[in-house]
Order: sequence, then structure tokens, then C-alpha cells
Amino acid sequence: MRKAIKEIKVGLGTCGISAGGELIFEEIKNELEKQGANVKVKETGCMGMCYMEVLVEVSINGESYLYCKVTPDKVKKIIDMHIIHNKPIDEWIIKNKGKILKEETFFKKQKKIVLKNCGAIDPGSIDEYIACDGYKAIKKVLESYSKDEVIDIILESGLRGRGGAGFPTGLKWKYISRSKRNKKYIICNADEGDPGAFMDRSILEGDPHSVLEGMMIAAYAIEADEAYIYVRAEYPKAVHRLTTAIRQCQERGYIGNGIFRSDKNFKVTIKEGAGAFVCGEETALIASVEGKRGIPRIRPPFPAQKGIMGKPTNINNVETYANVPWIILNGPDAFASMGTEKSKGTKVFALAGKVVRSGLAEVPMGITINEIVFDIGGGIKDGRKFKAVQMGGPSGGCIPASLGDLKIDYDELVKTGAIMGSGGLIVLDDTTCMVDMAKYFLTFTQNESCGKCTFCRIGTKRMLEMLKKITSGEGQEKDLRLLEDLAYKVKDNSLCGLGQTAPNPVITTLKYFRDEYMAHIKEKRCPAHSCPALMTYRINPENCVGCSLCLKNCPVNAISGNSKEIHTIDREACIKCGLCYDVCKFGSVEKV
Amino acid sequence: MMIKINNEIKNFKIDLLTKWRENGALIPLLQSAQNSYGYIPEIAIHYISEILGVPSAEIYGVITFYSQFHTKPLGKYVIKICEGTACYVNSARQILKMLKNELRISVGETTDCGLFTLQSVACLGCCSLSPVIMINNKTYGRLTPEKVNTILKQYRKD
Repeated sequence: MRKAIKEIKVGLGTCGISAGGELIFEEIKNELEKQGANVKVKETGCMGMCYMEVLVEVSINGESYLYCKVTPDKVKKIIDMHIIHNKPIDEWIIKNKGKILKEETFFKKQKKIVLKNCGAIDPGSIDEYIACDGYKAIKKVLESYSKDEVIDIILESGLRGRGGAGFPTGLKWKYISRSKRNKKYIICNADEGDPGAFMDRSILEGDPHSVLEGMMIAAYAIEADEAYIYVRAEYPKAVHRLTTAIRQCQERGYIGNGIFRSDKNFKVTIKEGAGAFVCGEETALIASVEGKRGIPRIRPPFPAQKGIMGKPTNINNVETYANVPWIILNGPDAFASMGTEKSKGTKVFALAGKVVRSGLAEVPMGITINEIVFDIGGGIKDGRKFKAVQMGGPSGGCIPASLGDLKIDYDELVKTGAIMGSGGLIVLDDTTCMVDMAKYFLTFTQNESCGKCTFCRIGTKRMLEMLKKITSGEGQEKDLRLLEDLAYKVKDNSLCGLGQTAPNPVITTLKYFRDEYMAHIKEKRCPAHSCPALMTYRINPENCVGCSLCLKNCPVNAISGNSKEIHTIDREACIKCGLCYDVCKFGSVEKV
Repeated sequence: MMIKINNEIKNFKIDLLTKWRENGALIPLLQSAQNSYGYIPEIAIHYISEILGVPSAEIYGVITFYSQFHTKPLGKYVIKICEGTACYVNSARQILKMLKNELRISVGETTDCGLFTLQSVACLGCCSLSPVIMINNKTYGRLTPEKVNTILKQYRKD
């Protein structure tokens, strides 16, 4: 009998690691050693199902089984039953030889182009990438396409920038290719600054070579020979994986002088960001790469004309580059056949917030918000009510549940007041206060404003002050008018995308949730019971059992009551820290 | 321990002598200084100023622009609490409150014993595991106040 080839893969993206993946990885190795089993253990990137971490894939002779929520206790049993005795443990398995046993709807509506290798291959191995058609596209381009043909393919595919604004990628390349300057640069914008977005991190951690290949193709098309990847400082794992990938490419002659035995040169340098949200804006990013303060400048001239060191520079986002090799290999028509009239292909969304299944989902453009939240996301946590989705981070807006049938594409989203952004999709339920949400984003943008434009620097500060006033119950009706007026002024009088979009969260919440603002102002009430100044805690005598847990945890001794008797909260002394609410096991502390 | 520190400062000096020619060397050099010293001391600013020919004032301007750079020493363990949207709606405020209480410092400060520094970051990109904190380069997810307590205890022991 031929000996079975056995392999175990552990999902070790940042999400897997924070869920304890490294411990599982070690545990598996130890256990295998103990059992004397000869099994390869590998790491892989994010598999998308972050809510099921730690994920472990066992494959025997090419047949794979995906185990979810693996704990050190489970490791022992999996190895004993499955690896040694060849009996898969069905109750822990999500996917069995490609057949989905559980969570079927999470996979059903997805279409993987960018994420096809994420969680499937070992990101530290260039050979595994090559085995999945890796570096085939750049070879095809070098052998059989002229630079104009490459640009035409990208134009025909309808690919638009995945970083936020959605500018057609082919068009950008065309502008730069026309420039006759002899030195041009390529930049990969991996400064994923939007809170709530993590797809670029997952792509870089799970499939760094696909981004490098996309950059090589772009470099060929616009005749650039030098590239920078600007990565956020908060992503150490992504930097590590990219560094390894670049080294491997250099060893094979894919990066360096005369790449793939052609006459082209390609040099890549990683630039680590130093923590400034505004550096996601392209002119600020260029300033930062040049070692200056990341302050945006007036466009034109666009980076396509004057970028790094005054030379023409092409900037695309991680996900945009990762799409390119697929388009070259499968043709522009295959890509354009997906999506809506003006938004083609797929988009990766980072699904998080109050949703049952959070993680990464790659879906064709044109899918509805409801399909993402309910079919892929599995609905709202704890059976609560779906209230809104926040899309596009601090530059985006809140789309109410009533617009759940909206088809997601660049232009439809802009009509609602939100933007596609980089693809963060935060689901909000009825416990989230929309005024507080607007305040949250404005705190962020106000903090991150570089200070160059007056309206962005001071306008956002004044807007934030008004929102603070409203959430603390001191708002007046005239504040709303002022807030709205200022919001449009900040939008119109700021130089870069940060200021122009900073008021979006306020504008959209005012548009769809004005009644919540009014409740705060007129009735001095927070409908979501979330703003501390406008709510109090009380103990419901019907379910209080007198366990004294709240009493022991109260930092200001505001709770009284003898053991086994009903407790009460002294509203005067209460500082509304919410600890009693969190610790009560009987749900008897209520927000009113 | 002494030898280790000297070695690390050596790294910064090597970087000074090798990286200064690169495009936009200032930020990588500041990062190198911060990695070596744990913060950016005045002396490092003078070194960099000398070798790049950039005025110290301009370097100081760059340092204060980026949230990653510090001109004061940090604690042994830097706790970064994520203030991303997903963490925010999943009660990161509770975790922050608890950390502040437990360490008796506010965001941006270092404990008297020099063990912990508390910082807040915009997003750590682990939204599906929110709320999340990062201690040095290690991420901890799906936190509850109790879990944070256990983690702190572990670091205190080490």
C-alpha cells in the first residue's frame, strides 16, 4: 500500500494568531512528535472565517478537512482520531473534501479572485504560489504583450481602484505611460488606515506574491523600474511576510536586474509608515516616502505627472494590484462579466461589528447589503435588530437597514452619501447610538487632520464640540443647523480626501437618523441607551437574586442591598461605568 | 543586559552610515533610532541631522507629526488598545477603562515602575476578534475585563 501523504495547515494570519493560533501550531507539532507521526505542518494566511478561528486544515492524500475553533484540547483528539486512525471528527468539521458541512451560506455567495490563495497556500513559500499559477501572468506579459496591450486589457476589464475613490486603474496607467520621462515609480498603498478595514492586511499576510506580481505587471505597463510598498506600522506580520517574499523573488531573479531573463529591471523597497491616517492620501503618502511630514498638497499636478522626487508615479492599493494577475490570466471579459454596469469584478469586504460571522468575504459587485449581512454574515448577534451598516470608514457613512436591498457598487453607494472606501463594513444593531457613531468618527478625523486647511483643522473640532454637546444632553435645535452648515463647508473647503469626506458620517446620520438627534436634543433621551449622560442603570427587582456580584464590582459603592435580597442602585452616586451591567449573570441590571 | 543595549545602539549607528543615501532616509532612520533606544533621544536627532544635513527643528517636526515616534522612554511593554470601529461598538471603552484603572495611568503615559505604557491606536485590523489589544508585537483578541486581567498578571510575572 502506498503511504498516505498527510499535511496539516494552521491559519496564522493576525486574526488566527490573536485567537491563539501559534499555541495550536506548537501543540500540533508536539503531539505529532509524541505520536511519531510523519506529517508536514505548515502555516497559511487568513481563511476568511475569522469568527471560527483557530482554523486547522488536515489533508490526507489531497483530500482536505477544515476544523474550526480548534483548542489545545481538540488538537490531541484530532491527531489521534483523524491522523492516526483516519477517522475525521465530523462535528468539528466545516468543510469535508470541498463539501461544506456547516455555515454553507458564508461560502455560497462568495467568488474568490483576490483571496483565492489566502488561507490555501503557505505565504512563506514561493513554490506554493507558483504551483497555483503564480508568476504566470507576468511571464505571459513579458513574452507576448506590449505595454499598450496590457493597459488595454486592464481598461477593458473595468477594474477600478479598490482603495476608496474607485478611479479606473487602466486609465491611471495610460496617463503615466504617455509620460516621456525616463524615470517612473510604482507605489503600492498598503497604509490601510480606515478603522474597521483589514482586507489589505489579510492579502499581504496570506498571499504577498500576488501583490508583487501585480506590481511587476503595472511596472511593465508604465515602464517603471522602481517600486515602494508603503505599509502601516501596525502590521508587523505583513511586513515580515512581504520581506520574505521579496527576498525569495530576488533569489529567483524575479526582482532585480533583468527580471525573468528579460531586459527589464525591477526594484522593490518596503517603507514602513509611522502612524498617520492622512498618509493614505496619495500626495501625503509620497511626502512620507520622501521622509517628510505627511501633508497633502494641491493636485494637479497629480502623482501621475509629478510624484516621488518629482517623477511620474503610479499609486494603487493592495487589492487593486492583487486583481491584476487574475485579469491577465483569465482575460478582461471574465472579469467584466462579474458585477454591475460600472463596477466590475469582485470586492473584498471586511465584515465586523454586531454580526454573527465576522471575517473577510469576497463577493461580486452588485450584491445587496442584506445578502452580505444576513446570508454571509449570518445576521445580527444575540438576535438583536439590524439598524445600519457603516461603510467606508471615517470617510464613509451609515446606511440604514431600510436601504438593505441596495446593490453595492461605487456609484450606488455614493448616492446614499457613503462611499465604497477600502471595504470595511461594520454592522450596527439597535444598541448603537448613531449620534455617538458620528462623534466617534469625527473624533478620529479631527485627531488625524494634518492641520493644513482651516476648515478641516478647526471645522472638525467645532463639529465635534457640537456632537459632544448633543450626546451629553446639552444640545439645542440650532446646533443641528450649525452642524449641518459646517459639515458642508468643511467638505467644500478642504484640500484632500480626508477633509472632504470627514463630515460624511455626520451628514449620513443626519439624513437617515435625524430622529435620534432630535431625541437627544428635545427629549434628552438616547434611544439606544448608549450615551452615558442620557441613560441610567437600574436593577429590575423581578430577576434580581441578590447575588451581590454587582455590589462587589461597583467602584463607587453605589449599590446597596443585603445578600439574597433585592439590590438597588443609588442614582446620585452612580458614575455609569456599566460594570454592574456587564457582570450581572441574570440580566437584571437594565439600561433606562 | 548592558552588552545587549550597546549592540542595539550599534545597529542604529550602522543604519546611520548605510541608509543615509537612500531616498527619504529620515523616517527609516528615526524608526531605527526608536528600535535601538526604545524612544528617540535628543542625541539621535543630532546624529541624524548631522548625517542628512537636515536641521534638527525639521526632524523634530517630523517626529511630532507621526504618532509612532516618542521623545520619552516607553515602558517595557507597550499596550496598544485598538479604537477601531468594530472594537468601539463591541465595548472597547470598557477594556480601556479597566486598563486605566488597573495600571493607574491614562493613554500616552507610562507606569512609575516603567513596565507598561498605554497607547491607543486607530485600528489593529483584527476587527473580527474585537475588542483587541496589542502588547509589544503580540495581539490579543475577544477580550473581556477578566481576560485582560489574566494577561496583565502574566506580564507582571515575567
